Amino acid sequence: MTNRYLRLSGLEPFVLTPDIPFVNVGERTNVTGSARFRKLIVNRDFATALEVARDQVENGAQIIDVNMDEGLIDSKQAMIEFLNLIASEPDIARVPIMIDSSKWEVIEAGLHCVQGKPVVNSISLKEGEEAFRHHAELCLAYGAAVVVMAFDETGQADTFERKTEICARAYRILVDEMGFPPEDIIFDPNVFAVATGIEEHDNYGVDFIEATRWIRQNLPHAHVSGGVSNLSFSFRGNETVREAMHAVFLYHAIKAGMDMGIVNAGQLAVYDQIEPELREACEDVVLNRVPKAGGTATERMLEIAERFLGGKREAKVRDLAWRDWPVEKRLEHALVNGITEFIEEDTETARAAADRPLHVIEGPLMAGMNVVGDLFGAGKMFLPQVVKSARVMKQAVAVLLPYMEEEKRANGGEARQSAGKVLMATVKGDVHDIGKNIVGVVLACNNYEIVDLGVMVPPQKILQVAREENVDIIGLSGLITPSLDEMVHLATEMEREGFDIPLLIGGATTSKVHTAVKIAPRYDLGQAVYVTDASRAVGVVGALLSETQKPDYVESIRTEYADVAEKHARSERAKNRLPLAKARANALALDWDGFTPAQPSFTGTKVIEDWDLAVIARYIDWTPFFQTWEMRGVYPKILDDEKQGAAARALFADAQEMLEKIITERWFTPRAVVGFWPANTVGDDIRLYSDESRTETRATLHTLRQQTAKRGDRRNLALSDFVVPEGRGADHVGGFVVTAGPEEIEIAERLDKANDNYGSILVKALADRFAEAMAEMLHERVRREFWGYAPEEAFDPQALIGEPYDGIRPAPGYPAQPDHTEKRTLFDLLDATEVTGVELTESMAMWPGSSVSGLYIGHPESYYFGVGKVERDQVVDYARRKGMDLEEAERWLAPVLNYVPTPTDGKAAA
Amino acid sequence: MLNFSLPETPALTQLRQMASERILILDGAMGTMIQTLGLSEEDFTAKGHIHGPGCRHHYHPDHPQQGNNDLLVLTQPQAVEDIQYTFAMAGADILETNTFSSTSIAQADYGLEDAVHDLNVAGAQVARRAADRAEAADGRSRFVAGAVGPTNRTASISPDVNDPGYRAVTFHDLRVAYGQQIDGLIEGGSDLILIETIFDTLNAKAAIFAAYESFAKAGKRLPIMISGTITDASGRTLSGQTPTAFWHSVAHARPFTVGLNCALGAESMRPHMAEIASVATALTCAYPNAGLPNEFGAYDETPEETAAQVKDFARDGIVNVVGGCCGTTPDHIRAIADAVSSFAPRKVQS
Repeated sequence: MTNRYLRLSGLEPFVLTPDIPFVNVGERTNVTGSARFRKLIVNRDFATALEVARDQVENGAQIIDVNMDEGLIDSKQAMIEFLNLIASEPDIARVPIMIDSSKWEVIEAGLHCVQGKPVVNSISLKEGEEAFRHHAELCLAYGAAVVVMAFDETGQADTFERKTEICARAYRILVDEMGFPPEDIIFDPNVFAVATGIEEHDNYGVDFIEATRWIRQNLPHAHVSGGVSNLSFSFRGNETVREAMHAVFLYHAIKAGMDMGIVNAGQLAVYDQIEPELREACEDVVLNRVPKAGGTATERMLEIAERFLGGKREAKVRDLAWRDWPVEKRLEHALVNGITEFIEEDTETARAAADRPLHVIEGPLMAGMNVVGDLFGAGKMFLPQVVKSARVMKQAVAVLLPYMEEEKRANGGEARQSAGKVLMATVKGDVHDIGKNIVGVVLACNNYEIVDLGVMVPPQKILQVAREENVDIIGLSGLITPSLDEMVHLATEMEREGFDIPLLIGGATTSKVHTAVKIAPRYDLGQAVYVTDASRAVGVVGALLSETQKPDYVESIRTEYADVAEKHARSERAKNRLPLAKARANALALDWDGFTPAQPSFTGTKVIEDWDLAVIARYIDWTPFFQTWEMRGVYPKILDDEKQGAAARALFADAQEMLEKIITERWFTPRAVVGFWPANTVGDDIRLYSDESRTETRATLHTLRQQTAKRGDRRNLALSDFVVPEGRGADHVGGFVVTAGPEEIEIAERLDKANDNYGSILVKALADRFAEAMAEMLHERVRREFWGYAPEEAFDPQALIGEPYDGIRPAPGYPAQPDHTEKRTLFDLLDATEVTGVELTESMAMWPGSSVSGLYIGHPESYYFGVGKVERDQVVDYARRKGMDLEEAERWLAPVLNYVPTPTDGKAAA
Repeated sequence: MLNFSLPETPALTQLRQMASERILILDGAMGTMIQTLGLSEEDFTAKGHIHGPGCRHHYHPDHPQQGNNDLLVLTQPQAVEDIQYTFAMAGADILETNTFSSTSIAQADYGLEDAVHDLNVAGAQVARRAADRAEAADGRSRFVAGAVGPTNRTASISPDVNDPGYRAVTFHDLRVAYGQQIDGLIEGGSDLILIETIFDTLNAKAAIFAAYESFAKAGKRLPIMISGTITDASGRTLSGQTPTAFWHSVAHARPFTVGLNCALGAESMRPHMAEIASVATALTCAYPNAGLPNEFGAYDETPEETAAQVKDFARDGIVNVVGGCCGTTPDHIRAIADAVSSFAPRKVQS
């Protein structure tokens, strides 16, 4: 509930949750984007104009953009008239409106006409801060989300720097100064045309994509949108090329975080289906790459575009080509491309060849939908396209249904003697029904009567129909997380209203644990049962409706769920948290009187350059290397593993071969810096001093304390517990940064370009291993030489993996200190960027990636631990100690917060 | 013109504290109680002596006034105050002003557009007096909620089926009318603004806009309560929104409470109230009618019957404020207050 999601509404709510990768804004009711719509509005044919809006919504637009900026008409009046008419059409008005105009007067007139929460498109700093604030204030008072264009007093932003600078400034004014909800801000960093022949335009695609990435990383909760069609402006008239460019651009921009866009869903190629040469050319212009074939990306694109000119005809030729494929392939092609034209005849052909009509569904149709699912999962198909695929699927099933009915009649003897009546529904707020429909079809084929209420079904309707139709089972489906709560709610309502029929739970986010812990206990009168997938549905329903099997089956489910719930409760109980004061009272108290800390051989920093790649290689821990490739197992045992041994050996051989080259051809140039400073603990912090007099503080390392309630004599640890407290002795703390060097990036790119993705991943994985091995090696040298508290230590390099030595090297951002921003302090102390070339990104990641940093703590009893989740009291205290805003601290610590941060502008919400 | 960083009022601080401890009680039906007085046209007009507070303005409308309940704050202020006092002593923490129709748009039916400012000032003052009396009697704090009704026009529905683009009232008309009303309610001493019985969300959005303008003028931000009404079996407002869509549309008001009132009684309100409770980051408020009206337009549900249903709301943790709408008497409010007293208020995810 408290998630900062963009929440809009028409007659129905719309929430932009992370489950929705991309929101498609319908563009066809925009006079500047659609010649047809402009003509309709100019001719005052509002009835047909409404049909255009309706089509868009039916085709899956989740928001519709309305723009009336046309010189020939009274834009304000047209906006009012059209929005008033839309308000009278429930099937259009159910989605939120994006009120689009370059004239504020027109926008405000539009705001007067919509009862839902709309989006204003757009406001900007074009006319200065005063106008910007004024418009934003009005958006707050009208209750509208807002598109902010990257436009300021000096013009529209074209470069990455300008785009990010303007967006950051607008965000600061809106969020920090005006209290505008950040989740209600959608930045439009300007999509400009590429491949125009003008060199300055070549990087526009990259500028947009990188600005998008920056905005999503640095301006919390804000969204990014853009008008995609501008991109391909120079290829007007060549639809094939334009569609391909849009698909390629979206593929990369969505990955970077673009989560909304004005796109004509009907005219978008499927990324994976673009002719490879054309796709390559599109990638080159969008990403501003030098084509493999030489020349410039634009030249190459123009050359290729020529061939697709009059693409319509060529597309037809290709159409005919796929018509010659085997029927299974034709069905798959139709599903992936959303083509309904031939689906009925193809389905009929497949049916005639199959033993039973059901086999067509279970066979080629499901196979095709699986391809769609895979492409969608990989970000290569977009939601509107998936909606089209589902539509094709439905048409195919519709062809088969009469035959299945017939088959049922033939088998059952009498018509319509059903084995039971099952009500199926996708719960309120959720639109995913492919899985539900499949379950419905499968059950129907097994002689159950299905009452399908469709998607977004409110609970009262489900119960009402269940009662009226006297159904035997209710089946609920849902794919997004909020659906889980809906299911709990429905179970509660069933109990309250005295139902006792079984309740089936299915869909991607549902789980046995959730059903056992949250749903089943709410419904004592009946039984809630989690169904893993469609294939199980028949068995489960059969058992639940059989008088003889039901008692035993329900009993076994109850036992199983009680067990699941008990296990869950145990692990939850184990997670009881302590207030900070109590956690501190239970800190680890080492015996400082009996401890004399060793003095390092130097204080300050030292740069280490004399690295031998061959020596480093001896320190490599290979187990994580296999994990990178999703192979679980410990090296070297994994090489003899029964199942994955062969694959592991092949991979290891390739790695050894590359390792050999890395060493002999000196692919990497490792560097490192190490430092030591006089240090003592003060509270939960470690204070570093300028010199041995320990009077002047050089820097403070902040640490976090475990707040888990501990059993017995186990302590609530913080890293500071391992350092001698102030006044109790002269301790030191060290720090280091190591890197395998930036070369891996270049090498990986080169391999990628040569289409050697495998080699590219391999070199990156090895560079990571080198960095980790360097950290291990340097730590050994620290113990024996630099700090020198274990001069006699002599372990075999491979034995070090088990950490048999004294002292630890915890890294900021890892479990013992989850706050990544501590790296800043460490890097400053070591002057690390200057001497090693390793940089910190805005999100505190190290660049190049094959780098490792950390602290050195020397106490023999120190060990690695996880801070785990922390409470608000500690975060407040921690933020104060660090001199950081609470909100900022919460942002950095988000993964370990054991509470939901309160938005600071939510005061009125009590 | 607008200002979103105004300080909150002491009343809000106190209300928030109280609401964290228990379910708060809103009063019942003023209209039902006025009906029982059996007032005549002469009573409504005080024999023609209609004047504002301090006798500054006299009104001589040429329409009959019987049934113009809001007018009674000028002509029968003691009667109105006594009803409100009785509700307060029955357990209400929040008293609604008798100003449901005190906008120039609604008063146009009675020819009393000019009296709107006085109606609202006096309406708030009368309720304030009842609140002060009750506080003096038992030492418990009472708050005055300036009631803002929907008017009798809809901004997003055409009254003419043949001309769906037509509107009988615009956002601008509503904003001006509501602004005038809310200015008066603040001047008369209201602690909160209650935008209620919303059947068209666009009307409510105009009221919210107007409220923020009035707050800027007054230099303080009163807490806003927002209450929609769902009378359709479809589970939507008259203007077609689902409860969640309704919440999304009014959340920008950053309201103190959001919820539902009136409708077809508590039982039919329940699923919609549960939905709002599951999505709203504000406190929730429910004040249903005493069931369905009978064939005479009266409400037959006994205090115990209404209270039993409202108790379910409390038990299920979906409410922070409860009260009554049409047909609920002080006995209903007392029964409701008793029924919910043992339950913790809904936990707000803020």
